[in-house]
Amino acid sequence: MEKLTAPKTAVVLCGVTLDNPVIPASGTFGYGYEFAGLYDINELGTFSFKGTTREPRFGNPTPRIAECTAGMINAVGLQNPGVRAVKETELPRLREVFRKPVMANISGFSTDDYVFTAAELDGEPQIGWFEINISCPNVHGGGMSFGTDPDAAASVVSAVRRVTKKPLIAKLSPNVTDVTVIAKACEAAGADGISLINTLLGMRVDLRKRKPVIANATGGFSGPAIFPVALRMVFQTAKAVKIPVVGMGGVSSAEDVIEMMMCGATAVEIGAANLVDPYASLRIVRELPEVLSRLGVKDINEIIGAALS
Amino acid sequence: MKQGLFEITENRRIADNVYLIRLNGDTSAVERPGQFVNIRLSGFYLRRPLSVCNLENKTLTLIYKTVGAGTLALSRLAPGTALDVLTGLGNGYDLSASGPSPLLIGGGAGVPPLYWLCRELVARGAKPSVVLGFNTAGDVFGENEFRRLCGNGVTVVTVDGSAGKKGFVTDHLPSGYSYFYTCGPEPMLRAVFNAAATSGQFSFEERMGCGFGACMGCSCLTVTGSKRICREGPVLRKEEIIWKN
Repeated sequence: MEKLTAPKTAVVLCGVTLDNPVIPASGTFGYGYEFAGLYDINELGTFSFKGTTREPRFGNPTPRIAECTAGMINAVGLQNPGVRAVKETELPRLREVFRKPVMANISGFSTDDYVFTAAELDGEPQIGWFEINISCPNVHGGGMSFGTDPDAAASVVSAVRRVTKKPLIAKLSPNVTDVTVIAKACEAAGADGISLINTLLGMRVDLRKRKPVIANATGGFSGPAIFPVALRMVFQTAKAVKIPVVGMGGVSSAEDVIEMMMCGATAVEIGAANLVDPYASLRIVRELPEVLSRLGVKDINEIIGAALS
Repeated sequence: MKQGLFEITENRRIADNVYLIRLNGDTSAVERPGQFVNIRLSGFYLRRPLSVCNLENKTLTLIYKTVGAGTLALSRLAPGTALDVLTGLGNGYDLSASGPSPLLIGGGAGVPPLYWLCRELVARGAKPSVVLGFNTAGDVFGENEFRRLCGNGVTVVTVDGSAGKKGFVTDHLPSGYSYFYTCGPEPMLRAVFNAAATSGQFSFEERMGCGFGACMGCSCLTVTGSKRICREGPVLRKEEIIWKN
């Protein structure tokens, strides 16, 4: 009789092995320790830490949050303590609770900003990948403006490429006509991977006040409502590039993870779900083997890109 | 913080658009007055943060105003319904600062957290006085409960004068208090800030994503740097507040 064995869930992302493909997304997991107080975050594949910039940032005025049907809008605006504090305070604290390579999400307002931040963090042994955020919809004069133009996206990627040998994953915006054009530009500029999608630009209006709910008027829409859009863009991108794709956007269950991997994702980030259920990522990690078994999958690598052809 | 399933044991209207709900479950993470819980509701994506009005015998009492579709849906849930609740959120009030005769100032939906605070202060031997502000008589709740704790030390104020004294809470602040604690709409908090004779603590409201410090959705600037209303708040000391605008 054949012995029942748990399906293999390890994947290799840009040369670094993950025990499983589940990655809490940047901006929904801080620098890890809010969640480390709840469960052992070493059960995760890894996580992408809060978008970090050259200087400390308070972010946008409040309200920064609006609820939507099956989702939410945020306009936090890259609040973070700045790269030096991340290096001197956040990463030493993280080392006490997390022993795996972490994904460093970095952002900026100029190419120099990205280069500075990456160079500052390059010597940190715990950083396994840089996720270059060229897709933040909530800041002016940077962020998403790099991710909506193929030449600007390529220039950021190639400039960061020169200051680090760590794998570079370009995080792309869905707020473009054809995401594959940007993805291919990043690939040509030296990116080792593509992650997508960042949030969709959206808004809500307070009917009593007759004004936008969000102080900044617009913000980034995330949550289960965007999952089909994210899936479509992961599918298109995985077909267009040869480098690994990290899928995200509305993922809330092990089934969603599998669906995204079938569309070509090597790993999958979990965003808004962490905010409504602090145990969401852990639950997905734990449910994944059982759902894979039910589908007759012995090694998760079998399903990556299964729906592409 | 703890996530747990709580059973509704009671959910009834106590004033116009104001409901009292009692929840039974593991309350071990709830530490002090001024903290809040965050309730998941079927059909709504984000949780609803509600301040704790009372904690007795593993039963949480919350009082909430139906301000939108979510709280309206909550008001329609029957006893016996199970709710997914995050408990023990926020810093809560620091009771050690109260002195012998603290003043508690509540406005509308900001009244509830002051009840548990008042109970705890009385239990510690303090003699609180209480000013409760509402818009109109139909909005008033909690007066008898506070009177049981503080007797004649309770003043009810309505803007239109249809119950209690007419005016704003700041028109009827007693004298001789040692410290104050307040919770209510922001215009009231600002008025209290300007009118108060002593130091005190303010409980703030903000639209939240997660309620436990992960999303940075509810950050505010203070004298001592950026704070998350859900984590380092919702209670801020008078000396650290920087008003928006």
